[in-house]
Amino acid sequence: MTTLMKGTRWGRPELYTDYRQEMALLNTRSKKAGTIAIIALAAVLPLTVADDLLAILYAGLILAIGAIGLNLVTGYAGQVSLGHAFFVGIGAYTAAVISGDPDDRRLGYGIELMPVWLLGAGLAAALCGALIAPVATRLRGLYLAVVTLGLVFIGQYLFREFREISGGAEQSRRAAEPTLFGMNLTEDGAWTEEQKLYWFGLGLLIVMAVLARNVARSRIGRALQAIRDRDVAAGVMGVDLTRYKVIAFTLSSFYAGICGALLYASIGSFTPERFGLLMSVQFIAIVLIGGVATISGTIMGAMLIALLPRIAGELPAFVPFLSGSPSEHPNVFEFQEVMYGVLIVVFLLFEPRGLFGIWHRVRTYWKSFPFSY
Amino acid sequence: MSEASGSPVLAFEDVHLSFGAVKAVNGVSFTVNEDELFAVIGPNGAGKTSIFNVLSGVYRPQQGRVVLEGRDLLGMRPPAIARLGVARTFQNIELFANLTVVDNLMLGRHQHLRYGTLAALLWVGRARGQEVEHRRRVEEIVEFLELEQWRKMPVGLLPYGVQKRVELGRALAMEPRLLLLDEPVAGMNLEETEDMARYILDIRDELRIPMIMVEHDMGLVMDIADRVMVVDFGTPVAIGTPAEVQRNPDVIRAYLGGDPDVEAAVEAGVEAAIAAEDEGASA
Repeated sequence: MTTLMKGTRWGRPELYTDYRQEMALLNTRSKKAGTIAIIALAAVLPLTVADDLLAILYAGLILAIGAIGLNLVTGYAGQVSLGHAFFVGIGAYTAAVISGDPDDRRLGYGIELMPVWLLGAGLAAALCGALIAPVATRLRGLYLAVVTLGLVFIGQYLFREFREISGGAEQSRRAAEPTLFGMNLTEDGAWTEEQKLYWFGLGLLIVMAVLARNVARSRIGRALQAIRDRDVAAGVMGVDLTRYKVIAFTLSSFYAGICGALLYASIGSFTPERFGLLMSVQFIAIVLIGGVATISGTIMGAMLIALLPRIAGELPAFVPFLSGSPSEHPNVFEFQEVMYGVLIVVFLLFEPRGLFGIWHRVRTYWKSFPFSY
Repeated sequence: MSEASGSPVLAFEDVHLSFGAVKAVNGVSFTVNEDELFAVIGPNGAGKTSIFNVLSGVYRPQQGRVVLEGRDLLGMRPPAIARLGVARTFQNIELFANLTVVDNLMLGRHQHLRYGTLAALLWVGRARGQEVEHRRRVEEIVEFLELEQWRKMPVGLLPYGVQKRVELGRALAMEPRLLLLDEPVAGMNLEETEDMARYILDIRDELRIPMIMVEHDMGLVMDIADRVMVVDFGTPVAIGTPAEVQRNPDVIRAYLGGDPDVEAAVEAGVEAAIAAEDEGASA
């Protein structure tokens, strides 16, 4: 009897007796084990990895938060937005203003408490998103993309011209410094700055990713995907298109704001020029490379994009015709210039479902191993 | 014309809808009763789909009344009419192709799930409780339409006949008071048609949902419909049981384009022959 019960429990892990089990985020044993293993591995990484690489990984973790936001509006709701950099900029400046030095010639309120400026950054960006969203209810597809592209240029102008906030064109402003339990994460202590920032970024990303995943599997996420797949039918099902597009843009911008507030913590400062079209393209690249409408894919994509310059820097050692010096052609720096474009084209042509698609194929293969069907 | 059995769920009263000079619906009146499968037939362009579009709020007629359970639907937008319990399937499948069968059916229940964005973010309490509860309700429909093997498949990958069934399921998931079926067996083979006929009869007899069906498959309509309305050029030609409608000379003319007097003569001849045969059999 005991062996029989054991058999049913262990031998058929996907035999659910309750919808709660089936609908859980980690609804199989292998998903549970895999997730725990990845998180554990990610958590011990700072003990073995050099600080300069950790700073890159921190940027990847924070980029992932912003890219999850873009995936909510573009991947799930199908509203192509090229204006993501604008919302990231709003977040960065809001955080800098709230936490900034009040004695500086630029605006600053000196509130260094992290929950305040982090939430403030998210909410300010979310508010901008909610204000922009009604445009999306009138436009679709390419037209929306072009309008949101305009947003980037308006943002560039605003960030440069509001001198009391940004200091003007090409003026750098100090980024907000994350503090946790009274410990400033950007100062070396028992752990180095990079280690502390990395752990903080990892923890925050896990929280934000789980929240996004929850939205995606809820009635909200289903409504967004219904709008993407067939908006007329969604209306007949009783999905209020305007309302859900506003929700999508608001949530997306909130994620962008959080990303902006933290993205420059390890570098220390940023200029208005950061939030240009290139950043928006970078986020689009993360979503396309990682996988449209997947959260885990987005994280993979963000890590790849963050590590890409580093990987490219190592390439001359392996690729004979690529030079490491800028005076020779073709060199690594030229390669870095085109690689977002190349990667987007390659993934769209050969793996439209992104890194998640590759992972999915591997998983399916091993599920049925050794049979190929 | 046959008497209405039971009380009417829907009353369509003298509806006129025109686009410029084209009279799409020209004075159509009918009622649909509890537990009734009401079919609308007619040649192409007769105004069948226009009647559906008036019912679901896509078109607004110039004249007439559409009353569902005592409430006038005219002037309401499609989502509001959906909320009152009018569900429909489409002639060309309008499913959410990237979502699984279960998610498509859950979208049918969108109105019935009530929790906000914050609850969705945290997936606790109301959000999770309602998701589990409605997932169970959706499973009843999966079972009813025998969709078990497709449950977790994106509907875009499913065969045509199954997609039609999923769309029917999505409409059922809305728990409608009235179900509109726009050509439920269009493009189906015999086996798929027979399956669909069985599901439609089950919906009438077990779920007791009144239905209006537009269909070109005459065999199906005459076999399963309780009453049939024939429309031609936006004008109702006849309403009655399938047998009554088949004998109606106006219907024969609309379909065959023949001379009514000749048709009537043929009809009389056939009936006389049948009567003679009956007499012979009884004698």
